[in-house]
This record gives sequence, C-alpha cells and structure tokens, in this order.
Amino acid sequence: MEILVFVKRVPDTESKIRINQETNSVVEEGLNFILGPYDEYAVEEALRIKGAKGGKVVAVSVGRDESLVILRKCLAMGADEAVLIKDPLPETYDGLRTARIIARFVQAKFPAARLLLFGKQSVGADNSQVPAMVAEFLGIGQANVVVKLEVDGDTAVALREIEGAQEKVSLTLPAVVSAQKGLNEPRYETLKGIMMAKKIPIPIVSIEELGFKPEELEPRVAIVKMDLPPARQAGRVVTGEAAETARQIVEYLHNEAKII
Amino acid sequence: MILTYIETRDKKIKKSSLEVLSEARRIAVDLKTEAAAVLLGTGMEALAADLSSYGASKVHLFDSAPLDRYSTQDYAAALAGLVKKLSPAAVFFSATAMGKDLAPRLAARLGVGLAADCTRISVQDGSLEFTRPIFAGKALLAFRLTSSPQVVSLRPNIFPAVPAAAAGEIIREAVEIPSAAARAEVTEVLQESGGEIDVSEADVVISGGRGMKGPENFELLREISALIPRSAVGASRSAVDSNWIGHQHQVGQTGKTISPNLYLAFGISGAIQHIAGMSSSKVIVAVNKDPDAPIFKVADFGVVGDLFQVIPPLKEELKKLRS
Repeated sequence: MEILVFVKRVPDTESKIRINQETNSVVEEGLNFILGPYDEYAVEEALRIKGAKGGKVVAVSVGRDESLVILRKCLAMGADEAVLIKDPLPETYDGLRTARIIARFVQAKFPAARLLLFGKQSVGADNSQVPAMVAEFLGIGQANVVVKLEVDGDTAVALREIEGAQEKVSLTLPAVVSAQKGLNEPRYETLKGIMMAKKIPIPIVSIEELGFKPEELEPRVAIVKMDLPPARQAGRVVTGEAAETARQIVEYLHNEAKII
Repeated sequence: MILTYIETRDKKIKKSSLEVLSEARRIAVDLKTEAAAVLLGTGMEALAADLSSYGASKVHLFDSAPLDRYSTQDYAAALAGLVKKLSPAAVFFSATAMGKDLAPRLAARLGVGLAADCTRISVQDGSLEFTRPIFAGKALLAFRLTSSPQVVSLRPNIFPAVPAAAAGEIIREAVEIPSAAARAEVTEVLQESGGEIDVSEADVVISGGRGMKGPENFELLREISALIPRSAVGASRSAVDSNWIGHQHQVGQTGKTISPNLYLAFGISGAIQHIAGMSSSKVIVAVNKDPDAPIFKVADFGVVGDLFQVIPPLKEELKKLRS
C-alpha cells in the first residue's frame, strides 16, 4: 500500500515570534525550524501501517529548499522516499493554494496512493484546512484530528476528536487522515537511519511541472497587516498565609473581575 | 446575505453557533443585507424559533433522514447547493471540530479561500477584513479574501451571543446526496466519561502543570471545577506528556488555544508555547511557588504559594460564595 505523508517545516513551539512590519512577515533569523509536531505523528503512523501491512511511505513537502532538512528527517525515521514540491512563494497563509498544489501532485505522480496522511494543522499558519481541501479536490473521504487509526484492506476506521467526545469514522480508501497528538509516540531517528537518509536522492518537483499557470495559484489571502498581540499587563501578585491568599483570589474574582 | 451554518449536538443548537449568528447579524447590518441561517438534520424545525430570536431573517432547513448524522461530504454537498441557489456574500461557521472539518471542504468545493478561526471581523469599504491568531496567538494576521463568497470560521468563545428578534421564516430545502465511491461516514459518537465540557468551550478553565506533582492531584482541580458552572480542567504540556491527564485537556501551542472568561493556573510556570495558548483569556489567575515564574507576567492576579496549601481553603471560599 502506497502511503503519502505531507509535512511542513515550521518554527519550533518554544520560539518567540518577531514580525517585520514592512514586509508583514515573520522574521526567520534566529528561529529554530523543525518538522511540524503534528506532521511527526502522521509520519509515525505511516511507518506503523507500513510495518504492519507492507508498502511504501513517501514524505512530501511544499516549500523552499530549506524544507529538504525535514524531508531528510522523515527518511531517517524510515520513509522510503521523499519529494519536495518547490513553491517559489513564501508563506501565503492560503490553504486553498497549498491544497490545489498537493491535489494536482497526487493526481500526477501518485494516483495509486491509498492513504494521504497530514498533521491536523501546521504549527504557525494554524489554518487546519489543507487536508479537507485536498480530500475535496480528490473527491475522497476524510477524517481529521484523528487519535486512532486502523487500516484493514480497502477500509479504515478512525477515531476523531470532537468537543468532549470522539467520532468513529468509517473510511473507504483512498482517504485523507489528519493526525492529532495521542495518535502514537513518534520514534527517534537512529544513527543508521540518518546515514541511510543521506544517500536517498530527494527529487524536486516544480509548480510548472504540475501544469499550473501562475494565475491559478494567485493567493486568495491578501495580507493587510501582521502584528504582535497587545501585551498583557502583569497584575497584582500577593503572598502570605494560604487561607488568606485563597480568600483574596475569590474576593478578586467576585468583587473586582466579577466573574464568579 | 450572510449565511450562518448552525451546528447542533443532540438536537440542540451549540452556543458557538449563536455567537456566529450574532456576529453575522452585526456584519449584515453594516453590509445592508440580511442574516440567514441553515440547519441540517432531522427534527430541526423546533430549533428555528431559537434562531429567529438571534437575528435570523430566514432559516433554511434541510430535513432529511440521510443527514441525521454528520457526514462531511453530504453536508458540504447540501451547503454548496444552497450557496449556488442563494449566492450569499459570505458563509459563516463556528471553528469547532465540525466547523474545521466542514468549512474547508465547502470552500474547496466552491474554489474559494477560507478565513479560518477568526477572532475579529470588520467591514472596510464594503468588504470584510479578518483578524486571526497565527502561531497559536503569538502573532495576529489581518487579511482579506479575494474570492467570493467569503467562507469564514469564527473562534468559539470570542464573539458574544446577542439575542435580536427577526422573522426566522422557515424555508424547506431539498438535497440530493451524491453517491461517492470513496466515502467517510460517522458510525458512532463515543462520549467521554462524565460528559465533561471541552476546554475550548468552557467559560472557566482550571489548569494544572508540573507543580501538580502527579495524576492523582488533578482530582483537586476537578473538585474546584465541580464548584464552578461551565468549567473544565486543563493542563500544560509537561503534565500531559507525563501522562497525568489526557492530551485533549492540553492548553498551548500543541494543544488547544482557548479564550475562557477565567483561566486559573496551578503549578504552571508559563512556557512560551503555553502562554500563547491561553493569553487571550479574559482574566488569568495563577498560583505558583516560584515568584519568578513567567506566568505572573501575564496573570491579572497571582499568588506566590504552595498550591496544595491554597486549594483546600479556596474550595471552602468557593462553597461559601455558592451558598
């Protein structure tokens, strides 16, 4: 079974974000970039399914040359192949555009793929829209924010997280599944894996090669401004005997903040 | 027209859908148009009255047995048909689990962009401008969509639900469910034990971090939660990664980004990825032993002290308030 797993290079979650007000973009200098945390669950799940059922895992990223680093990581974890779809544009925050590229890529290069795995969102754009849009463009089913996945022949059953409950989703393959924390515990790459990954060539596919005319990928998102949120002011800090501070908390919430 | 998708659970309208409808009505006034609602499922007619009291001029009703249980593909097909028929200026969703599943599917079907998880919408020169948090709230992105209709999802717990009387005329819609070969179907909904409300929907979140010292002590937070209506128990990443509590409780950049009225943090130092996920809470109260904990930089009210000493009298004070 051919499994595609889509990954994105993102700043790690401990990063402090700075904004270039002139270009309305995130300052990349000084940021530590990683494989998206949710994408990592998707990669691990792909490897586990391959381990149980056989087949091939292909890691794919849409981005610039810098994304080769995270594709190497996927190979080191155990992916069989990796492909970079080279996008000349920096972050557009436009899920539709990315989804169009991915859907066209799947149709052109991997029409027989049975399972398309994603992280439930990229960490940064936080859009949570590419997996569902890809599923729509390909006319296949989807299960998003998945914490459990069982593949059996041409079907799969996924448990997806909703507010205070889980939905059991029955899928006919091919299908799109996006991974949530809790799906699995991603493996660390081994030294042997890292050495092997260095030897695997990573083909680069261009946007033109996928037959896009430039205007087709015109972003639908027109950025007006990027800014930092207003800083919160530190409030009052008290110390003292526990019973007294407990009383002060409730008094603050009841009389000042008027919340309870 | 602005069309609002109304989400139901157990035949009840979700509060976040009323928030969205209220905002849709506010925007519709600015755009000099009307706010309409769409409901899918069975036995939904009784709910239409609730929507008229939140400003829906019309309620488009798909009452059909195959729509009784949520299916992304069928719901997207029904909504796309309605959008073609009505040509609304915008379609609004709540950015709930269902909204995040459905809105992008509809947007792709219509070939338009999606403004996801917005926390502010304004009308500028007759068109919509959106603001949404990126990097879990470490930055804000203001943008417009260049495609039409504007498909938008709004973050729950941000926009107020404001009653406003309107006609709420029921219009019955028919749907043809296309047969797709590769389908996904929800076959069962598994309720979490205790029917706790989700941290993303709670008015008050009582959260614990590494300072809780072990899974058994999260019981203390559940006891506080039992004393506060519409509250839920949250956790920091380190508590979740130590398996003290399930990840669905995690608040922060790899958990949930939330905006409750009150965030009560116990034994949470305030890592940057955690602060990102909760700093849009209206009020933050923190209890921590370490006076230098970064959480105190964002807390409206902080207590430097031992949470295990503070919680028992805090529970007593809360009980006093209730009685």
